[in-house]
Amino acid sequence: MTSGLVFALAGVLLFVLGLGGVVMLSHALRRILAFNLMGSGAFLVLVGLAQRDGGVDPVPQAMVLTGIVVAVAATALALALVRRLHGAHRDD
Amino acid sequence: MTDAFLDPLPWLIVLPLAWAAMAFLMGAGRGARLAIVALAMQLFLALILATQVLESGPVTHVVGGWGAPLGIDLLADGLSVAMLLLTQAVALPLAVYAQAYFSREAGQFWPLAGFLLAALNALFLSADLFNLYVTLELLSLAAVGLVALGGKPAQVAAALRYLLVSLTASGAYLMGVALIYGVYGTVSIATLAPLMGSAPPMALWLSAGLMLTGLLAKTALFPFHFWLPPAHGGAAAPVSALLSALVVKASFYLVLRLALDVFPNLTALVAPGLGLLGAAAILYGSWRALRTHHIKRLVAWSTVAQLGYLFLVFPLLAPDGLALQAGVVQAIAHGLAKAAMFAAVGVLMLATGRDTLEGLAGVAHRVPLTLFAFGLAGVTLMGLPPSAGFLAKWLLIDAALSHGQWGWVAVVIGGGLLAAAYVFKVLRQAFLLAPEDSRFQPVPRSMEWAAFVLAAASVVLGLRGVELMALLAQGAP
Repeated sequence: MTSGLVFALAGVLLFVLGLGGVVMLSHALRRILAFNLMGSGAFLVLVGLAQRDGGVDPVPQAMVLTGIVVAVAATALALALVRRLHGAHRDD
Repeated sequence: MTDAFLDPLPWLIVLPLAWAAMAFLMGAGRGARLAIVALAMQLFLALILATQVLESGPVTHVVGGWGAPLGIDLLADGLSVAMLLLTQAVALPLAVYAQAYFSREAGQFWPLAGFLLAALNALFLSADLFNLYVTLELLSLAAVGLVALGGKPAQVAAALRYLLVSLTASGAYLMGVALIYGVYGTVSIATLAPLMGSAPPMALWLSAGLMLTGLLAKTALFPFHFWLPPAHGGAAAPVSALLSALVVKASFYLVLRLALDVFPNLTALVAPGLGLLGAAAILYGSWRALRTHHIKRLVAWSTVAQLGYLFLVFPLLAPDGLALQAGVVQAIAHGLAKAAMFAAVGVLMLATGRDTLEGLAGVAHRVPLTLFAFGLAGVTLMGLPPSAGFLAKWLLIDAALSHGQWGWVAVVIGGGLLAAAYVFKVLRQAFLLAPEDSRFQPVPRSMEWAAFVLAAASVVLGLRGVELMALLAQGAP
């Protein structure tokens, strides 16, 4: 078993854990963290599976960098919405 | 150099990004005027692109001169151009509408709308699966921002739910892309298409399943429709119109793209299931639309129903192209009609100050043009001739009959009758006499006309079907 495959399998595990979290948890903050876990799992698969011939493939690394930027932006938006919702409930 | 500079493809993405940023700096008043001018230019660019594609087939643009696999290619074929035309044609009247609607409190509507349109145009022009993921995420982020625009607790809660569904769905899509890259070492649709053999490996099944499920959740196909009515029914009227007309169509376009170009063999296996879900969406969505008393929820549930028609296409996909044409015409007809309907309902709610069906009594005498627009949009949703909705349903029935699959014909006709029932429920209420104590607010004429133009376009398009078919034939597999 190559190290790339280990990474990919760990990625699949993280993705499934995260997906379970997003679907089954009810607390908004936990669901946002679970979404981040899902994303990290997909990134690990992307980088892990692509390292086949021992060499490093730069294309998935560029994709993962883009993906991380998107995930950070999405997390920020989700946190801002949670704060707004929390503030609205406190005012009532 | 000059050729690349004059190419309409990159400008369709750069222009909305530019006016979005300018609108953020200049504020809502001048931002709105700039957006309308820029949207007129975008519509013009989309028309130029359509004539280019009609004359000489699909057009590619290599961004920055860096070709694939390192760079990003933009590709416009008949299907992309049809969706691009729909996007610009819906956005321009809605911008005129929104300028009057947000006369006092626009918030960040204009920058978010600009980012939304840039993401849509980029999505329709993308030629690789990863670029499609990025545009899909940009689209969701802008759409969620627009839903939360009013800042009311119900809107923020709907936006948060929409965001979580959307992020989970894109996560599943991304995992699918990662598996495809792991198997084939490429994400370009053109390179992938010939690699797909008749006996695909297990990883490909998994990847297709993940991508498809993610996209169905984003398109709000039954049973993933639960996030749509609160998000579309609770947002400001121009926002609901943009979301229902365009945003859900983007993920449908992607399902269609994957089914046609990337996974033709795998799609054939799940197609009957997709058709059944579509039929369930038509019946359940229409039933809920009939049962609700909240006028905007009625229109939002009608979107759930109309999205069902788009998925009846998959079991009927065949080399004759009838079903594909039906799907795209339905997407365009529903886009124009639903934008018109949400715009008209926005006017009715402003005029009466109420959001229930009962509150509509008497609007036929006060805002007749808007009610006419609502009725015309209803004609398209019901599928009466000569509207584009009729053309779509006729093509669908034609395709079903040529395959001998009679069941779908019953669903199409039944869905049309249910649509007639909920549209007439609104019209009947509108023609009742207003109670003595009711007050009507004056509504800007530009809003009424914008709704009317959209509704009229959805009907008149049925007469221009030939040009649309010729366009779709460009680059079809």
